[in-house]
Amino acid sequence: MSSTTPLPRWADLLLMPIVNLAIALLAAALVVALVGQSPGEVLKVLVHGAFGTPRGLSYTLYYTTSFIFTGLAVAVAFHAGLFNIGAEGQAILGGLGTGLVALWLGPHLPALVLLPLMLIGGALFGMAWAAVPGYLQAYRGSHVVITTIMFNFLASTLLVYLLVNPLKAPGGMSVESVPFAPSAHLPGVHEALAWLGIEWPSSPLNLSLVLALLAALGVYLLLWRSRAGYRLRAVGSSEGAAAYAGIRPQHQVVLAMSLSGALAGMVGMNEIAGVNGKLLLDFVAGAGFTGIAVAVMGRNHPVGIVLASLLFGALFQGGAEVSFEVSGFSRDMVVMLQGFIVLFSGAMAYVISPWVASGIAWCTRRLRSVPSGAMSASGAPHG
Amino acid sequence: MTMTHTPDSAAVAVQMTGIHKRFGSVHANDGVSLSVRGGTVHGLVGENGAGKSTLMSVLYGFYAADSGSIEVFGQPARIHNAFDAIALGLGMVHQHFMLVETLSAIENVMLGAEPHVLLRRADALVRRRLEELMASTGLRVDLDAIVGDLTVGDRQRLEILKALYRGAKILILDEPTAVLTPQETEQLFDVLARLRAQGSTIILITHKLKEVMRLCDHVTVMRGGRVVAECPIAEASVEGLAEAMVGRKVNLGRDNGTAARPPGEIVLQARGLVLRDALQVTRLHGLDLALHAGEIVGVAGVAGNGQSELLELLSGLRAPQQGVLTIVGKEGGESFDAQRWLDPRTARRLGLAHVPEDRHARALVMNFAAWESAVLGYEELPLYSRRGWMRPRKMREATAALMERFDVRPRDARLGSSKFSGGNQQKLVLAREIGQAPRVLLVGQPTRGVDIGAIEFIHGRLRALRDAGCALLVVSSELDEILALADRVIVMNAGRITGELPIADCSEARLGVLMCETDTTSMAQAA
Amino acid sequence: MDEALIGALTASTLRVATPLILCALAGLLAERSGVVDIGLEGKMLFAAFAAAAGGAVLGSTTAALLLAIIVAVTLSWLHGYACVSHRGDQVVSGMAINIMAAGLTVVLAIAWFHQGGQTPPVSDAVRLRPLWPGAAAALQGMPAIGPWLGAIVGDGLLGHNVLVYATLLLVVGVWWLLYRTRFGLRLRSVGENPHMVDAAGVSVLKLRYAALTLNGVLCGLAGSYLVLAQNASFAPNMTAGRGYMALAAMIFGHWRPVRALWACLLFGFLDAVAIRLQGVALPGIGEVPVQAVQALPYLLTVILLAGFIGRTVAPAALGRPYLKER
Repeated sequence: MSSTTPLPRWADLLLMPIVNLAIALLAAALVVALVGQSPGEVLKVLVHGAFGTPRGLSYTLYYTTSFIFTGLAVAVAFHAGLFNIGAEGQAILGGLGTGLVALWLGPHLPALVLLPLMLIGGALFGMAWAAVPGYLQAYRGSHVVITTIMFNFLASTLLVYLLVNPLKAPGGMSVESVPFAPSAHLPGVHEALAWLGIEWPSSPLNLSLVLALLAALGVYLLLWRSRAGYRLRAVGSSEGAAAYAGIRPQHQVVLAMSLSGALAGMVGMNEIAGVNGKLLLDFVAGAGFTGIAVAVMGRNHPVGIVLASLLFGALFQGGAEVSFEVSGFSRDMVVMLQGFIVLFSGAMAYVISPWVASGIAWCTRRLRSVPSGAMSASGAPHG
Repeated sequence: MTMTHTPDSAAVAVQMTGIHKRFGSVHANDGVSLSVRGGTVHGLVGENGAGKSTLMSVLYGFYAADSGSIEVFGQPARIHNAFDAIALGLGMVHQHFMLVETLSAIENVMLGAEPHVLLRRADALVRRRLEELMASTGLRVDLDAIVGDLTVGDRQRLEILKALYRGAKILILDEPTAVLTPQETEQLFDVLARLRAQGSTIILITHKLKEVMRLCDHVTVMRGGRVVAECPIAEASVEGLAEAMVGRKVNLGRDNGTAARPPGEIVLQARGLVLRDALQVTRLHGLDLALHAGEIVGVAGVAGNGQSELLELLSGLRAPQQGVLTIVGKEGGESFDAQRWLDPRTARRLGLAHVPEDRHARALVMNFAAWESAVLGYEELPLYSRRGWMRPRKMREATAALMERFDVRPRDARLGSSKFSGGNQQKLVLAREIGQAPRVLLVGQPTRGVDIGAIEFIHGRLRALRDAGCALLVVSSELDEILALADRVIVMNAGRITGELPIADCSEARLGVLMCETDTTSMAQAA
Repeated sequence: MDEALIGALTASTLRVATPLILCALAGLLAERSGVVDIGLEGKMLFAAFAAAAGGAVLGSTTAALLLAIIVAVTLSWLHGYACVSHRGDQVVSGMAINIMAAGLTVVLAIAWFHQGGQTPPVSDAVRLRPLWPGAAAALQGMPAIGPWLGAIVGDGLLGHNVLVYATLLLVVGVWWLLYRTRFGLRLRSVGENPHMVDAAGVSVLKLRYAALTLNGVLCGLAGSYLVLAQNASFAPNMTAGRGYMALAAMIFGHWRPVRALWACLLFGFLDAVAIRLQGVALPGIGEVPVQAVQALPYLLTVILLAGFIGRTVAPAALGRPYLKER
């Protein structure tokens, strides 16, 4: 069952994600129709909800921010040949780290000093949570997929424990910490725009979006412009060649996972520092898993990841709007679509790509035979 | 004591006629005919790439021949897969055993031919049959032992039992003694003799001529995809077989105009290298080697006799169990022993470059563009990176320059490494390694998978490097190449150096004998 | 110690462990054949939904069970199509199934039942009932050891529904299948050395699909247990990570049925103990937070994988697609 027609590079990078997305959307549309809704109607409301209003756009971008972080995390690990399913747990730890710094140092430091420290705290906590599975894979052969899944559960259990006991805000019933000092608050975009004199509706969108975009740039520079990134990618592409070059795979595995965890940990800046201003349960809300879908769709490249994150952000926000406007619809449709995307982009890629490759080959043959204009001597058409 | 035994009236067990098999442009079997008489041991001899393994794979159904016919026991046979082959009475013992290590010996034998759905019943039936087989053939294996615990010799016996259990009347053995100790080899010979006495037909693929002389009744020699000799063993001799195996119209292609330079000072010295692999099989038996500046040392020998391991040790990819290595670098000599061995990075620092045998898995990162593969191993050099950041423009310029110097086509530094042809990939790798002006260059199979035009170019570059004062170690399974390039030839066999000759004293016959000898006494006779 | 407590713990352990055991057996069969199965969670979830929907609408236990099994088997075959017939990444495929199931079940539940993602409760007639409801009382009445027997044996062991006992029998069944039948020998081999199996004339593809089919059946049973025995209706994400815990138990049990059983019982016991330990001060340690006990199964698995409790040896060919290369 080997496909003999290879896929040209442009098709692999640009066409395939679009094809996979199209198939996933088709599948989702089928379900929507099956359920008695109109796919077209749903799509219209979704797009309008995501991009049609400033407030909607802000929410879209707010979701996008977390997805960029987790998508980058998963992608960095992929480039080293590892599947990091633990972005969810690493994001939880990141939020924890951010929050702990805020709680500890908030009352004492101004925002300009505090916020970078919170960022570092979040990144370090996330990094540690990923470095352990990385170390276990590199030096003890424990499969990183299983250990990161376990660490996800450990992370959520840890968070619950901490919020129920030592960190709990006294006097209330809600499972959350005391609110942070004002200096621990990462300004929202609407606040920043207000300083510039632009009116913008308030929303959870905050300056961590800038951080996310900088992180995407940073990941690009690291992976493709730095020596460390060169080595990391070498290990991910060919362990034999890396060993030949004197690059130690174990080293790179731990480094990659650490970086991956640090990126996921930055979700803390978005959710904890930017939006909530306190530690609470379930602030990651599945962003770690969406990160997998984002990385798969974005072909593990920062540009693709930013675009895919935007897509998913739009789906989440638009999905919320649809669930308000269209009865019987819920945001779980977006989760379902996410699953389809991972299925078709990831697992079924080898099923679909031979068809696409044949299609392209057929098209190029047709295109090549058209410009000649004149028929061949025998009058038979080329093909 | 040779055991010859030629029943002229024996029927032909296997008749292969006019077998052609091509892989792309390689004509692995070029009109091969083979006739194996029943109840005999038939040797199939040749170097690597001669086509003997391909021929047997065709017989066993792994490949379909492009043309030709096969008859088994006089009946025309269509063999599409292993199942068909087994049904016809063929059994094959591969070089890499087909065993499940976590299961017991008897379970491995049973698999695919279990006589009953319930394992208990099947076990009883199989065990009885196997006890009979073991008694009649003299092959003893602990049926309940887990395969992972068995020695290599035991595993091979198990493979033979497996084939016999499935009713093999014709047994094909692919390089069976490659991994055996001398004692185990003796035991194997006893078993094979017994099997022959009971009427089994055995085809022995090997390059060990002494064994052929001892065990076989007939021998067929293959070379370059064709049969070049075929005779009963009584008419054969080790020397004759060796010459048939390697001899050819050799165009030495040497620059006879250049005066032979006296070799310079020693730049690399290895002593007493002993290497054991994961299965505790000794791959190198106390090897000594010295490389001089301005000299090409060619390592001749059939592949699989320790040459690859030697390259891995000298380049720092692996550490030996015993041995000492001294490399004379720019600042003086550095020594390494088994406790603290060389690593690839240190090797490069000392001016040692390495062109690996395995282009795809080692020499290049296939997913990288050419300009990134061109710095593999050298990414720390100031030209390519500064303070942790790569310098893509400089890298691309340097790659373009390398491509120009080494005539790599297409001249596109941005092209993916996998998109170049084999020859151009090899030129790129050479460009990278030679471009660093090394003091020592280790080269494995420099022209494997490379087209004719590139071969000449590469050879020229290697000679130029030698003339510039570099010490080269060239491992090649193409004797042509060794004879064309080397100033001094080392022959390896079974993890030992069986001979060392200056090029002037080399001839096909002599080298062939050295390549096929398994003990040192005959080596002395051949010298 | 209080026999009522022991009885209650035993009963609770068995109840919690049952879906874990079924999923662990399912994962075990797939992985022994060389196919990584991360999708246990999704299959169990979808099967639960199918059982709930079928049970509520069709009002028959058999129908509910059948639907659950059909759905889970279909998902297993999807996994097989992507990864065994084609070269898809097995981990990605498993995750895709999990994510897809999480979304699709709620979407369908809302669309068909309009209860915010839940399904209407399955009637008592359809739910599975204890096989021997009178056992506890009968044993209680016995002289001397009556109360003890009644609590531990009566409540603890005999008070369960047919699926619990069936599960324990299935452990024996899977063990027997793997180690005493021809099919089991081939299955174990194909996960270690598929080339050898191919060279012996047995189809690697068919073996793996067979394993995946059995995997689907067991996941279907696990999902239906959740709805027919534990709760009475489907709720979004009701599996709550049990599929992953079953994965952990399978690894903890070194891919062997009986050891996986013990691992599941251990995890079930920890779950049963966790709630009861709340507020209770243990000698020497003090009060153990319930989350610590909840985290134990996962922590133990990590420690095991790190090699601190023995070596884990997965099937050698696990996770690698089989390509007929010569």
